[in-house]
Amino acid sequence: MRAFEYASPTTKEQAVSLLGNSWDEAEVLAGGTDLLSLMKDGCVAPKRLVNIKEIRELRGISAGGGGLRIGALATIQELLDNRAVSRAYPAITQAAEGITSPQIRSLGTIGGELCQRPRCWYYRAGYGLLATDEQGEPLVPSGDNRYHAILGNAGPAYFVHASSLAPALIALGAKVRLFGPDGVREMWLDQFFTTPLTADDRETALKPNEIVTEIIVPTALGVKSATYEVRQREALDWPLATASVALSMSGDRVRVARIVMGHVAPRPWRAAEAEQVLAEKAVTEEVAQKAGELALNGANSLSRNGYKIQLARVAVKRAILMAARGGRG
Amino acid sequence: MAEYKWPEPEKRSLIGKRISRVDGPAKVSGKAKYTYDIKRPDMLYGKVLRSPHAHAKIVSIDTSAAEKMPGVKAVKVIQEPGTEIKWAGDEIVAVAAVDEPTAEDAIRAIKVTYEKLPHLVVEEDLSAAGDNAKPAAEQTAGEPEKAFGEAEVIVEGFYGLPVITHCCLESHGSISEWEGDQNLLVHISTQAVSNVANQIGRPLGIPAANVRVKQDHIGGGFGSKFQVDRWDVTAAQLSKMAGGKPVKIMLERDAELMVAGIRPSAYARVKVGAKRDGEIIAWQSESWNTGGSGGGGSPPLPYVFSVPNKHTQHTGIATNTGSARAWRAPNHPQGCLVTMSALEDTAARLEMDPLDFFLKNIELAGRFAEVYREEFAIAADLMEWKKNWHQRGAKTAGPVKRGLGLSLHTWGGGGHGSNCDVIIHPDGSVEVKMGTQDLGTGTRTAIMMVAAETFGLPLEAIKLMIGDNQFPTSGASGGSTTIGGVSASTRRGTLDALEQLFEKVAPSLNVQPADLEAVAGRIRVKSDPRRGLSWKEACMKIGGTAITTRGRNPGPGTLNSSGVGGVQMADVSVDVETGIVRVNKVVAVQDCGLIIDLKTAESQVYGALIMGVCYALYEERIMDARTGRMLNPNMEFYKLAGLGDIGELVVHMMTGKAYDERGVIGLGEPPVISPGAAISNAVANAVGVRVPSLPLTPDRVLAALQYPDREGGSSKNGGNDAGI
Ligand SMILES: Cc1cc2nc3c(=O)[nH]c(=O)nc-3n(C[C@H](O)[C@H](O)[C@H](O)COP(=O)(O)OP(=O)(O)OC[C@H]3O[C@@H](n4cnc5c(N)ncnc54)[C@H](O)[C@@H]3O)c2cc1C
Repeated sequence: MRAFEYASPTTKEQAVSLLGNSWDEAEVLAGGTDLLSLMKDGCVAPKRLVNIKEIRELRGISAGGGGLRIGALATIQELLDNRAVSRAYPAITQAAEGITSPQIRSLGTIGGELCQRPRCWYYRAGYGLLATDEQGEPLVPSGDNRYHAILGNAGPAYFVHASSLAPALIALGAKVRLFGPDGVREMWLDQFFTTPLTADDRETALKPNEIVTEIIVPTALGVKSATYEVRQREALDWPLATASVALSMSGDRVRVARIVMGHVAPRPWRAAEAEQVLAEKAVTEEVAQKAGELALNGANSLSRNGYKIQLARVAVKRAILMAARGGRG
Repeated sequence: MAEYKWPEPEKRSLIGKRISRVDGPAKVSGKAKYTYDIKRPDMLYGKVLRSPHAHAKIVSIDTSAAEKMPGVKAVKVIQEPGTEIKWAGDEIVAVAAVDEPTAEDAIRAIKVTYEKLPHLVVEEDLSAAGDNAKPAAEQTAGEPEKAFGEAEVIVEGFYGLPVITHCCLESHGSISEWEGDQNLLVHISTQAVSNVANQIGRPLGIPAANVRVKQDHIGGGFGSKFQVDRWDVTAAQLSKMAGGKPVKIMLERDAELMVAGIRPSAYARVKVGAKRDGEIIAWQSESWNTGGSGGGGSPPLPYVFSVPNKHTQHTGIATNTGSARAWRAPNHPQGCLVTMSALEDTAARLEMDPLDFFLKNIELAGRFAEVYREEFAIAADLMEWKKNWHQRGAKTAGPVKRGLGLSLHTWGGGGHGSNCDVIIHPDGSVEVKMGTQDLGTGTRTAIMMVAAETFGLPLEAIKLMIGDNQFPTSGASGGSTTIGGVSASTRRGTLDALEQLFEKVAPSLNVQPADLEAVAGRIRVKSDPRRGLSWKEACMKIGGTAITTRGRNPGPGTLNSSGVGGVQMADVSVDVETGIVRVNKVVAVQDCGLIIDLKTAESQVYGALIMGVCYALYEERIMDARTGRMLNPNMEFYKLAGLGDIGELVVHMMTGKAYDERGVIGLGEPPVISPGAAISNAVANAVGVRVPSLPLTPDRVLAALQYPDREGGSSKNGGNDAGI
């Protein structure tokens, strides 16, 4: 890890003024569970760390008439402990349950979870975000890509987005609020995630001098939701594929469905075709199966990750069936 | 002279009982100090610059910037320009500095240029190995060709398991410091306290007699910590360069996984010939493996079952990867996986229950045939095998299929050379000193139990000192040789000491020394137990000078032997839509002769089963063919089981006269041999097809379901969409 300057502002205005205009100047430090390993592995080497944990207004979770507000500094544990969340938004709680380490749950924040960087083993070994060799040739397509993307993987990005919460939040129609030198920006969380085209890009719409302040999730009246995660181990392990589903119901028929897959593409992946097949139907095993197939219609495997297509299909099918049962597994 | 044997069962107060390990409280409370915890006054931190290339020649090294950095106290080039580097992670230059960040900065400031050379780092595909493949001589027994001609069923298969690492939770390393320029003190994480001085003294040019070696506790070795490593020698050299200040080099996790030892892989194409009634008559195998740039030995094939007609051929492949070291039962887990899978496939083809099939052929298992038979009966009971086993491919509804598998194994485990000093002080206190180490197996507890048993004293009455080369030499802890060695030397030394004590005490009781016994804290007359002295009173008869004896192994009397058999059964659930395997239960029935501590013996087996679940389902060293680097040198993608992944473990230790009579035999290795095979067989039974290679990951399971006939079954060509 390289030497760095450390700042601990108490307001978001101060925080933003301490950030730089380019990514190598400063990084936001929240729980640090990802940032510190990125720094130790030399993937990022900021000149300054801006600790945001002293900014009180970024904390807390509140549920009310207007829906749910999750402060960027709310921890994964706080999210898990919140009864209002688990009652109305089981997809979120189930996604958080997949992060099984008590240490990461206690330190990791929602802002950090959404802004965490890819776990691609080439990136983490120092080959850059787009994982290229000295000649600029991509390492992933011909390398070991068993954990890489099966959708949106035409290049140059092949990694999968690491966030487990993002698919659930997007499925539930969440918005994200950012704060920067020009004040507040708000956007659909779905649009917050981007696929980088150069190694210097990031995976979000965040600018180097902005911070995430909160997430807003609309009320979930009449919405049934669930997240299904395919993971190899019970112990802390990255999902191989996840699917989060939110079904707006009228009676026992689906009015509108939103299906978002995680860990399959460089960004959380919306499955529009699959969403449509559910509309105006009662959820059955057959419909869920069909949706799973449609969700992976455009999938393309790399040399050794074909199995993930099957896993994602199963995740979608099972998440739909779980949601229809009211979020129970 | 004392009669050197173990007490009869009815006379044992400790041996064979379940005794909690004496260092348990220190370990769980964090008081136990491991080498990693050692912090010496004025200690410097050593870091090592490692080769990023798998195969290269060093062209130049420039350490000038590092040397000038404040806080850097020594810089040592380990391999000079011109040297050929044979694996990524190999040591090039080391530095010692006042703290870790400074040492890391210094490492970054060193400039090394390399001339890259072609590398080979993957070996699953034998045909791609080219000149790196070194075939060994073919071996033939009986008349395999004729036997295959007579076989009524011939089953062919491909089986394999990848390179895994030892993944010690305490990484390798040491702290060295000089007292003057001829005397060295080394704290080191080692499996061989008594061997370190000689190994480190030689390259440093000082007599072994001038090296003091210490280790209280070790966080795992598994065969990878027998040798003093180059970085240990380097730490001592850096210390000398820094005026003798202590220098600590403990490997970082990535280095630990890249360079500190691997278990060789094994891949094999196997053909088994059998009669329709299940009699195995012929075996043929073509196997290959890698153990890094050197060899890795070859797995024993077929394993345990000496098939009368066989033809085997093995090829070692040199790869540009970190070298093999003994890994808990070297070559046995590989031989076992290949053999037991091929035999289970044969049973499946015959539509025979593999338990019946194994028992039908059990005479081929030789010396331990009877032991296996007895153990299988117990295991089958504990697993309710006859009730739960079904023909291949569970017919139950839903995606989750359940299955059972079994395996068996053998190991030597004869006691190593061991010496100890036993001292009985006139005040009644007792010391045992031995240059051994407790690998976490309970060696301390076992030695104290043997001493306490001989003297008729409680465990706490024994003051045991180990982990220091000032004590009498005792062998390395490896090959399951420790318990047999240390229990025998302790028994002999304590029996001799007791005999001397009897001589001092006998006159005061008006009996001959041979008429006395030591029971329940008293020295008493055998024929009239009411007559006697308390231990303390008895020791007052010693006079001014303590009784001191030297216990040895080998020595007179039969206290230990070699050779054990064990069987295991696994019960798994497989989700055939996701390929995810869960272990529900593993049953292990194990023999190890006379058991000293039943509790730590069972713990050994539990630990081995956990390690077995890890390598059956999760562990693999993943190398990148193009860059030549290990892709998962971390605990995130080098996967180990967590608590929730292990399932129910049921351990049954064989006990009784026939087992006791063989004396003490080692146990560290045997129970880790079978889990891979038993779990793989259970998965085949559950899903109806063989998943050819470990670990049984979702990609491999799904590929096997989709392409049951494809060799390897790994995700190698898994670009195809494995649809269900
Ligand atoms: C072994 C392991 C397994 C894991 N498994 C999972 C898993 O299964 N699913 C999953 O989703 N996650 C998993 N995680 C990741 C974990 O959830 C994240 O590390 C954590 O949520 C990050 O939160 P943090 O507050 O510690 O972020 P930090 O480490 O502090 O920051 C992470 C990144 O986000 C940026 N950042 C943080 N907060 C803000 C903000 N408010 N505004 C702008 N930028 C910000 C930082 O600058 C940094 O780039 C795992 C982590 C590990 C180590």
